[in-house]
Amino acid sequence: MERRTIIIDPVTRIEGHSKITLHLNEDGQVEDARFHVTQFRGFEKFCEGRPYTEMPSLMARICGICPVSHLIASAKACDELLAVRIPPVAEQLRRIFGLAQVVQSHALSLFHLSSPDLLLGMDADPAKSNLFGVLEKHPQLARDGIRLRQFGQQIIERLGGKRIHPAWVVPGGVSEPLSQDNRDAILKGIPEALAIAERTLEWFKYTIEGFREEIKTFGNFPTLFMAIVKPDGGLTFYDGKVRIGDASGKLVAPGLEPSRYFEYIGEKVESWSYLKSTYYKPQGYPHGIYRVGPLARLNVADRCGTPKADQELAEFHELQRTAVLSSFHYHHARLVEILYCVERLEQLLTHADILSKHVRAEARPNTLEGIGACEAPRGTLFHHYKIDEQGLIRWANLVIATGHNNLAMNRSILQVAKHFVHGNRLTHGMLNRVEAVIRTYDPCLSCSTHALGEMALQIQLLAPNGEVLDEAVRP
Amino acid sequence: MSKIRLATVWLDGCSGCHMSFLDIDERLIDLAEKVDLVYSPLVDAKEFPPDVDVTLVEGAVSSEEDLHKIKIVRERTKTLVSLGDCAITANVPAMRNPFTTKSVYARAYIENVTLEPGVPDEVVPRLLPYARPVHEFVPVDVFVPGCPPSADTIFYALTELLEGRNPELSSRTRFGA
Repeated sequence: MERRTIIIDPVTRIEGHSKITLHLNEDGQVEDARFHVTQFRGFEKFCEGRPYTEMPSLMARICGICPVSHLIASAKACDELLAVRIPPVAEQLRRIFGLAQVVQSHALSLFHLSSPDLLLGMDADPAKSNLFGVLEKHPQLARDGIRLRQFGQQIIERLGGKRIHPAWVVPGGVSEPLSQDNRDAILKGIPEALAIAERTLEWFKYTIEGFREEIKTFGNFPTLFMAIVKPDGGLTFYDGKVRIGDASGKLVAPGLEPSRYFEYIGEKVESWSYLKSTYYKPQGYPHGIYRVGPLARLNVADRCGTPKADQELAEFHELQRTAVLSSFHYHHARLVEILYCVERLEQLLTHADILSKHVRAEARPNTLEGIGACEAPRGTLFHHYKIDEQGLIRWANLVIATGHNNLAMNRSILQVAKHFVHGNRLTHGMLNRVEAVIRTYDPCLSCSTHALGEMALQIQLLAPNGEVLDEAVRP
Repeated sequence: MSKIRLATVWLDGCSGCHMSFLDIDERLIDLAEKVDLVYSPLVDAKEFPPDVDVTLVEGAVSSEEDLHKIKIVRERTKTLVSLGDCAITANVPAMRNPFTTKSVYARAYIENVTLEPGVPDEVVPRLLPYARPVHEFVPVDVFVPGCPPSADTIFYALTELLEGRNPELSSRTRFGA
């Protein structure tokens, strides 16, 4: 038999454009697998010459799912350019904004994109394997997902004036304080959001019993894990130190400065993808492979800091004595984080000062270089700008969550394909599992290819001589 | 009555227009009774099907792949809708136009790189020299501006199109909305 390539193109139910190629040897065994991101946009270059004040709103356009994370990382980089300490309430309001976004983004990932695999099965009819198929068979769960996403989006709208690309986060703070009416309206939605988060977690823990084979093979290997944590080691999405832990659960780097990211994170170009691979520099490429996002955050954080989420975190850590290694558990971690976000939103919104009118520090640029970092829904996000004396951008570098996971995503599709894809008979279920492991990472490809490209997912069956034997172009 | 065949396509955009479509929230449930979503990043169809009634296109035409895709979409769609400012004016993607593709690639793949700098050239589609609006490549039937258009605007436009009417949008949305 000849060597072959299988192409899955595009990868569906993910954010962005990508394809997957699977390379098979003469015996029909999978030898290699590649995840190709096929969109490239150029933000790092075309921001040049524009005023720094435009950056938060411009950079938000990197992504329609997590614009708030780009607003926050960008505004934090601009806070540094101003060299100001922003008013404490502005910081709390930005936190609320970020938490609301994590809720809506995680809800999208779990309910709208991945729940068809979990509820209807990995082998389900592709014509039905989507949110509308879930609506038919499991209307309550689909409705919960829509409501939970709506809860997060409405908070963003109440604070920022619109749901997608609000211009509310600005250098020095936020543009408007929170009104009492909006605060009260948001608080009213908390009980329903909590109830949805809790019952979805219960459903999930019960459901995964049917996915033991997937749990064993969906990116189940040792890597490092990276996340920003609070000074006390607690979970955070806004600010702190970068912590890196290993697969055994030991801390490799307990508290690195986000502003020194370039000293410990390297970026390598892959000639077959617009998505660069990052790696932990002290361990080199590719040994310095690490994962970010919900799984990594829960692996390296000591606590959540809210009662219900802390209980769930303890249970999560019991999944494995070492760090939790299977990427299948990203889904589980995402649900624990939703619960944390809803609890934390209530804490922040009921704080005595949250309605304060002092929400913005005014200044002109006082330094020419600024770096902002935060935890986006998908992982650690860095924005790095240099400006001239007039405040115009001279240079920018962005390191985006999905890029951190590039090596792990590639290794994961190889593991899944080796386990599930055999010989010459391609089935939908085989290939859907290859896509499903990508979905666990919830990649954001328009984000990751901000400077790189678009990702569309495609699977090819290649022979050892590189010949394309089969393509997974599914109906 | 048979259901309307709806598709959504995403070229060089940020997904914000698709997210705004999802922001119609529970109205999605009513919509599901009237339409079949036959192609979209939200469903598993890998190939753009024939005989689509309405296609919403988000994003500018920026790469060889976008161009290839939009031609197929146009051929197989009755009513093609440019959804959002990137599809209509090329908006943010067009901000790269004053720079050469070479310098845009260089920033990402040569300058801001630790290991093996070089522009990816295997499997990935090349950028066109300029990011351009959809209607410069294929005829477009309906334009819905906004960055993104609000969920209410999208729902209104869809409802009108599903009823066979041309949506009156000038009072409901604008560029940058």
